Amino acid sequence: MRIAHEILERQPDISRVALIGIRTRGDDLADRLAGMIKQIEDIDLPVGYMDINFYRDDIHIKLERPEVKRTEILFDLEDKIVILVDDVLFTGRTIRAALNQLSDFGRPRAIRLAVLVDRGHRELPIKPDFVGKNLPTSKDDDVLVKLKEIDGEDSVSIISKPQGGQPGKKGE
Amino acid sequence: MGLKINHLLGLENVSREDIELILNTTRSFREVIERPVKKVPPLRGVTVVNLFYEPSTRTRLSFELAEKRLSADTINFAAKGSSVAKGESLKDTVRNIEALKIDMIVMRHSSVGAPHFLTKFASSTIINAGDGAHEHPTQALLDMYSIHARYGKLDGLRIVIVGDILHSRVARSNIWGLKTMGASVAVCGPTTLLPQEVEKMGVDVYSDLDEALHGADVVNVLRLQRERQQAGLLPSLREYTTLFGLTRERLKLLNKNYTVMHPGPMNRGVEISSEVADGDSSIILEQVTNGVAVRMAVLYLLQGGEEN
Repeated sequence: MRIAHEILERQPDISRVALIGIRTRGDDLADRLAGMIKQIEDIDLPVGYMDINFYRDDIHIKLERPEVKRTEILFDLEDKIVILVDDVLFTGRTIRAALNQLSDFGRPRAIRLAVLVDRGHRELPIKPDFVGKNLPTSKDDDVLVKLKEIDGEDSVSIISKPQGGQPGKKGE
Repeated sequence: MGLKINHLLGLENVSREDIELILNTTRSFREVIERPVKKVPPLRGVTVVNLFYEPSTRTRLSFELAEKRLSADTINFAAKGSSVAKGESLKDTVRNIEALKIDMIVMRHSSVGAPHFLTKFASSTIINAGDGAHEHPTQALLDMYSIHARYGKLDGLRIVIVGDILHSRVARSNIWGLKTMGASVAVCGPTTLLPQEVEKMGVDVYSDLDEALHGADVVNVLRLQRERQQAGLLPSLREYTTLFGLTRERLKLLNKNYTVMHPGPMNRGVEISSEVADGDSSIILEQVTNGVAVRMAVLYLLQGGEEN
C-alpha cells in the first residue's frame, strides 16, 4: 500500500501511468498495485505483463530453457509513464532485459521501477524508484517471495545456502 | 526444465513432456509474431544453415523467417547448382559447411535418415525439415499446436488423416506425435497408398472416407502427388476425388465443432474442394502462421548453449 501511495505522490498526472509486471510474481504485484490505486484514487490504470526470457543475456551459457510465459501489453506505450513491477531486484539483469523488451513495444515518456524487495548485489547500473523493503543478503542466499495469488500466503524469506549445497537462482 | 532431445530428427521417440514444452513455448512465440516488432534476440550470434537437398517453398521460408525473428544469422544452401551437383558427398558438404563455424543445421533431404546420419559426424544441432517419406516433425508439431489452439487439448480428440499415407512424412510424424499426446488417430486412403501393417502404429485404418469421418473432430487432408497415378497406384484422379476428396457433403459426417486442415500445397478440386478449403472451419492459413511460431520454439529450445 505504501508503494501505491508513493506512486501517487510522485506522479502528479496519474492518468498517464501504466503498470507492467514482470512474470512471475511481478505480474500479480502489478495487479495488486493497480487495485490499491483504484481504491485510493478511483482510477483504472492499464496493466500489462511481461516475460523477459527471450531477452536474457545468459542464454548462451544456460543449457536449460526456462518456461516462457506470455507477454501481454495491450495498450499503447506512447506518452505513458510505465512503472515496471518485480518481486525481487538482484543483479539488475532482469530489469535490463525488461527495458530492452519494452523498447520493442514502443517509446514510453518515462520508465520507473518498483520492487517489493531490493536485495542488493547489482551487476548493472540500475536503481529502483519504489522499494517495499531493502533486504541485505549474501550473494549466495536465495530470497523467496510468496504471494497469496500463487502460493496461498504472503511472505518473504531468506534461504541461506547450505554448506556444500547448490545455490538457487531465486531472486533474479 | 529443458528439452531432453539434442536434435529434432522426428517425433517417433520424443516424449510427451518435450512435446508439451515445445507447444507451450510456441504459444509465447505466437504472441511475439503478433507484435508490431516481431523480432526477439535469443539467437543473436547463432548461425543456422538451411540445407535443402529437395525443393521446398513453405518449409524453407517458414524456417528462414523463424530464424530471422530470433535474430539468428541464416545461410541458405540449395543442392541444385551447388558442389553437390559436382559430385560432392553429403558428409563432405556438411563438414565444409561446419568449417564455416555454424551452430545449427535445418535439413531437408529426399533420403530417409539423412538428418540422423548427420548427427554421427556433425557437431551442430540438427533439425529435420523432412527426410524422404519418413518424418517431418515441425509440420506435425504445427498441426498439433493448431489443433490444441482450437480445442484446448489433444487428449481424447479423434483425428483423421486422409490421403497418401504411404508416402507421407507429414502423416507419420502426425501419427507418432498425436498418439503420444493422447489423441485417437485414424488414417484413410486407397489401399495402394496405405503402408503395410500401418495398424501397428496404433491407428484405425479405413479405405472408406465416409466411415472414417464419422464422429471425427479433425480431418487433416494430405496432398495427392499426381505422379502416384502415373506410378499405377491410382486408377484415375477423378476416382480418387470421388472416393477420397473432402467435399462439403462429407463434412456433415464430422462432429459439430469440426476442423479442416491441410499441410499444403493444395490440389483444389482433387483432395479437397475449394469451398471446404476456404470454409469457416478450415485453419489452413492459420497452420502456416503457426508454422513460424513452432519453428521459433524448436530453434529456441534446441539452441541450449554450451554445456557448463
